[in-house]
Amino acid sequence: MMTTLILLTVLMILGAIVALESRDLLSGIISLGIIGFALTIIFLVLQAPDLAIVQIIIETLTLVILIAAVLKTTRKEVNDPVNKRKVLLWSAGLIGVAVFLLAAWRALHHMPEFGHLTLRMAQAYVDQGANLTGAGNLVAAVILDFRGYDTLGEATVLFTSVAGVVSVLRKVGRKHA
Amino acid sequence: MKGMTLIVKEITRLMVPSIILLGVYVVLHGHLTPGGGFAGGVLIAGSFALMVLAYGSEETKREIKMWHATFGESMGIFLFWFLALMGVIQGTHFFTNILAKGRTGDLFSAGIIPLCNIAIGIEVAAALFAIFFTMAVMRLGEKL
Repeated sequence: MMTTLILLTVLMILGAIVALESRDLLSGIISLGIIGFALTIIFLVLQAPDLAIVQIIIETLTLVILIAAVLKTTRKEVNDPVNKRKVLLWSAGLIGVAVFLLAAWRALHHMPEFGHLTLRMAQAYVDQGANLTGAGNLVAAVILDFRGYDTLGEATVLFTSVAGVVSVLRKVGRKHA
Repeated sequence: MKGMTLIVKEITRLMVPSIILLGVYVVLHGHLTPGGGFAGGVLIAGSFALMVLAYGSEETKREIKMWHATFGESMGIFLFWFLALMGVIQGTHFFTNILAKGRTGDLFSAGIIPLCNIAIGIEVAAALFAIFFTMAVMRLGEKL
């Protein structure tokens, strides 16, 4: 399983690099899709089908929207020559990556072993979930019963964001600028 | 957004009902099998997006109006908050599971969890479709 995960992670990193560096925006978006679909397979390998279902649908929908946006606007990336600003950005990025790797190397020693639960609470959920809530799907038991407030807030955030999008993009009742 | 060729339209006509059926199944069985309100709602929204892509926004607008999406979204979030407040109305705490739990594994079990899943499903489907529809039909001087 570890080999599969490492291979998929390397594939995701390669996809991200290609998406950033490709001059054609359409192929950039399609290589962006590699990340999402590889993540779906990772969720399946880690036995989280709930997340895999949501991930694969959201990824497809996002790709469709992005491709529609590219087809409607421009396909070629805007050229920007190498200058002082770009060198500065690259060096700042490299320093950031170095600091992250150093901190991660120090911190990962203290993480619990892969596949072991980090919280004692989680074990209680796994043992008692079906009895306490009556739901066969433990994920549903957690997000709608033990952690119900979270989901309520999440749904409200979604509602607010849609209200924002529709009121920004609307045409009715708007003064002509 | 313009529609696509006859082949795409016919395949879409055949596929959309089954995708919606799968979405409803995922929502209703959210407390038993993988899935739930979010996954099923996104499936339903995806079938609507497929319809807009295949038939074009003009033809879709004749069947589905913008107020359907916003109404569904408002009803979904209202239903969810109402289910959460049911506990207070009954005299217990906020978000208490006030219905009978039933036998684990039955379709009608787990109290308000399936009802919450249905509310989230309606909300997510309508919300994502509203965003997609707004972006698809948005053009200068066009009414939603």
